[in-house]
Amino acid sequence: MTTSISVSGLVKTFGRTRALDGLELSVDTGEVHGFLGPNGAGKSTTIRVLLGLLRADSGEVSLLGGHPWKDAVGLHRRLAYVPGDVSLWPNLSGGEAIDLFGALRGGLDPKRRADLLERFQLDPTKKCRTYSKGNRQKVAVVAAFASDVELYILDEPTSGLDPLMEAVFQECVREVREQGRTVLLSSHIFSEVEALCDRVSIVREGRTVESGTLAQLRHLTRTSVKVETVRPPVGLDTLTGVHNLVVEGHRAAFDVETAALGDAIAHLTPFGIETLHSAPPSLEELFLRHYERERVSA
Amino acid sequence: MSASRDGAARATDMSAFTGTWRLVRLALRRDRIQLPVWILGITVMLSSSLASLAKTYPTEAERATVLKTAANTPTILVLRGPPTGTGEGQLYAFQLIAFLCVLAAFMSTLAVVRHTRQNEETGRAEMIGATVVGRFAPLTAALTVVILSNALLGVLITGVLAGDGQDAQGAAVFATGLALNGIAFAGIAAFAAQLTDSARSANGIAAAAIGVAYALRGAGDALGDVHADGIRITSAWPSWTNPIGWAQQAFPFDANRWWVLLLPLALFAIGTGTAFAISEHRDWGTGLLPSRPGPAKAPRALLSPVGLAWRLQRGILLGWAIGIVALAAGVGTLTDALREAMEDNANANDLIRRLGNSTTADLITAFYSSMATVTGLIVAGYVVQATLRLRTEEAAGHLEPVLATATARYRWLAAHLACAVLGSGAILLASGAAMALGASKASGDLGESMGELVPALLVQWPATLVFAGIVVAVFGVLPRYTIALGSTAFVLSLVFGLFGGLLDLPQAVRDLSPFSHVPALPAVDVSWTPVVLMTAAAVVSAAGGAVAFRRRDLST
Repeated sequence: MTTSISVSGLVKTFGRTRALDGLELSVDTGEVHGFLGPNGAGKSTTIRVLLGLLRADSGEVSLLGGHPWKDAVGLHRRLAYVPGDVSLWPNLSGGEAIDLFGALRGGLDPKRRADLLERFQLDPTKKCRTYSKGNRQKVAVVAAFASDVELYILDEPTSGLDPLMEAVFQECVREVREQGRTVLLSSHIFSEVEALCDRVSIVREGRTVESGTLAQLRHLTRTSVKVETVRPPVGLDTLTGVHNLVVEGHRAAFDVETAALGDAIAHLTPFGIETLHSAPPSLEELFLRHYERERVSA
Repeated sequence: MSASRDGAARATDMSAFTGTWRLVRLALRRDRIQLPVWILGITVMLSSSLASLAKTYPTEAERATVLKTAANTPTILVLRGPPTGTGEGQLYAFQLIAFLCVLAAFMSTLAVVRHTRQNEETGRAEMIGATVVGRFAPLTAALTVVILSNALLGVLITGVLAGDGQDAQGAAVFATGLALNGIAFAGIAAFAAQLTDSARSANGIAAAAIGVAYALRGAGDALGDVHADGIRITSAWPSWTNPIGWAQQAFPFDANRWWVLLLPLALFAIGTGTAFAISEHRDWGTGLLPSRPGPAKAPRALLSPVGLAWRLQRGILLGWAIGIVALAAGVGTLTDALREAMEDNANANDLIRRLGNSTTADLITAFYSSMATVTGLIVAGYVVQATLRLRTEEAAGHLEPVLATATARYRWLAAHLACAVLGSGAILLASGAAMALGASKASGDLGESMGELVPALLVQWPATLVFAGIVVAVFGVLPRYTIALGSTAFVLSLVFGLFGGLLDLPQAVRDLSPFSHVPALPAVDVSWTPVVLMTAAAVVSAAGGAVAFRRRDLST
């Protein structure tokens, strides 16, 4: 398996602010990689370094086998970028902006352009000045997906889209993934990342705090369990890896570390399980746990 | 019952102004640097001009000579205004009112648009409008700030003139005329901001109004009747059509005609009244002039870095080109009148020469030289605005997605620079031809006029390009200061180069302006050294700026 993006030990400072502090990121070719983090964590700064818009202070960065700063122009022919805050020329029409970005990238497929305009319900004759935030994002998204490129770098591309358009966007990502293309998707929307991403990297304060498949990440955390038994369950508090235990008569609710889940169920079985509800941790909980650890240590 | 309904209606009316005072404080906070710089800058410009005028023309006899010359020279009247007498204050009024009025007008219109249409365009007004703020509050607040600024300017100007020992009433008329001129243009800007849905177009309309006002009063003064004393002028009707003309027709230090100053007040009332009426009926964010739909597909010509740069630059170029070429053609047609009026007048010769760099004896060629310098300076203004687009594109976030495509930084920069370089050359060429066309009406020999005037204007080109070099260098090294330093360089060159001679500045200071080094064609032969050196300076600083830009981070 080849790697499309590989970043290690990336440092970028602005004056006294250390925006990136040894960030690691590895995106395999053909995968959809989620890039998660709170505001100001360094996601957009990383993307700007990848695009050769900012210069890394130190660290190794490789993009599609090239150097993002030195080989910027050649690399940009092979990728498409959607910024989080799309700013367009007020006096150009949306259609003109789409064609312009496509041409500057090295051409775009007119059939695909028409198809995307239809699916995203975007009126290309309107002046960019009159577009809402969501419609400006659609311009950038249509321009990106109408381009024939290997890599899509999407920086919170759907923050202004409604749920219907969000669904169209997810379809587009799946389509390019099926064609074997690579996507780096920076996002705040957990359901979107859970629905689309093969692997996820979580960054905080310029550092990568978790990276792996969703399954791997879940493994690191706890499953919440609600159970009703024939006889009142006892002795759960003696098990390792069980937390936040509440027992009320025949019912028990607790969180259990994924590694200890089997033991917990084995312990409960003799009490006669009547109903069992177990929920794997959502990405949101994963994410919040990193936040909370931060808040506690602070 | 009817009384209570009246009361309710009145309460509703007043609620349209709710929150005005808070918005005034917000605007003052935002402008805490900008407006004081304008106000103090205009005041300092006045006081330094007073000192140098007093030194240059210390006696009544000298003032009489120069004013007689002026009264008989339409070109000078176009630039200055109607002479009203030989006193010191009268000379100040003649020399300075039009110039100061233009500055005060720009201060006022930019501030009004900044606090009305620009807020709406950027979406700030939407957040403000959703709070407890009345519909009329933003416009009222903007106008209040501008009125306060002009009032402060008026007080300072009165103080400077009175402190110089001038008649207090004359000083008050001078300063009030200036302040009301600013306020009247604020009314025009308030109206312009309602017409369009972009701040850029609103500023464009307001700037055009200022230009037209200056030109109209210039025409009125040039066409006016000279009195028997050879100094005073009764201006023709165009001088009475606009605020700059009114400030002059109030005749400060002479008749002190206060009643004339009711006219700018009336214009302010009409402008703001119309603006309020429109703002009551239109939606947020829209203008009175509808935004037309654009093409669904881009024309081929747009689809390259050069195509995009040209699309973004062509409006700027066209606006400046029309204005400058029209000015050049007008200057050309003045040749004949000038020859008649000034043939034997040594003082006028002197004045004209101080405007340019020439020392020749022939008045007409000296006049051409100085007009070529003036045109060159204005073209430099175009060059600065065109190259500043580099920074505004970056700061607005338009550059980032472009550089994320397969567009090299050098190519993007070169595309914009090419527009500025070729555009300035084209304007100079066209204005040389236009001036020659006007002049040939008098001489009857188009070929000769072309041969004299086209080179006289083209020789300004390297000096204008020095400004492109300066802007690109700052853009590469200190991007956040591009607009501040670029415009400062231009304004300083304007003051040193254009008014350096009139203000008696030391030669070393005047030499800071590239225009002090331009060979004064057609009065003298071309000397290639300064031309080559300035071209080299422009190329080297632009290249240095480009390299620095290639190596730096993008910054917003």
